Amino acid sequence: MSGYSKNPVGAHYGLSAWLLQRLTAVVMAAYTVFLAALLLWCPPASWADWKGLFTGSFVRLATMLFILALLYHAWVGVRDIIMDYVKPTGLRLALQAVVGTALVFYVVWSVSILWGR
Amino acid sequence: MTTAPKQRPKYYDLNLAHLPLPGLVSIFHRISGAILFVPVIPALLYLMQATLGSEAGWLHWKGVLSDPAVKLVLLAFVWLYVHHFFAGIRYLLLDVHVGVALEPARASAKLVFAAGALATLAIAWRIW
Repeated sequence: MSGYSKNPVGAHYGLSAWLLQRLTAVVMAAYTVFLAALLLWCPPASWADWKGLFTGSFVRLATMLFILALLYHAWVGVRDIIMDYVKPTGLRLALQAVVGTALVFYVVWSVSILWGR
Repeated sequence: MTTAPKQRPKYYDLNLAHLPLPGLVSIFHRISGAILFVPVIPALLYLMQATLGSEAGWLHWKGVLSDPAVKLVLLAFVWLYVHHFFAGIRYLLLDVHVGVALEPARASAKLVFAAGALATLAIAWRIW
């Protein structure tokens, strides 16, 4: 028996991920209803309308908040799936690294889409 | 001398058709979540970039998305999103102990499937 007995899987980490997954869900649900109503009731007729929609600072910020919530939510969810089905540690870490890298890339990409050019 | 533990019978019923409705809501929540991660997130980001980037891109994708076959594919992804949405709201309610008992849990599972189908149909009607 080893003298090192600290449990590396802290309950606090799991709890905050669980809680944030739910908080981000609420943020996304609100944005989804808002944007779906907007797009379905007054669909943008021209490129100017469409571009104008995301140039307004409220929609632009709300969209960025939605994307950040989405990416964190996806991180928790995909990590849960990986932990459930991928048992070899090396493969699991590799997959998590790929997913994490993709998510960070998506954040940068989203900023460049919404603010770039 | 130690003896090996007695082999116990294992029985995993992995047939989706045998799952109770709340179980189906759960597995479809997971499957839809995975598909929304890949390919839906990168596809949507790409579509945003292409349509916001230039008027030519907007016109091109407007044309592509008005094809009935493309609309059907789009609606399949809409259904995944809407199912994930309603199933998620059900889980948020279960988290705060609303509808945890067997009967309400079965009823809300039915409601999730019905709401997902209806919302998808409503969106289909709107985009056609």
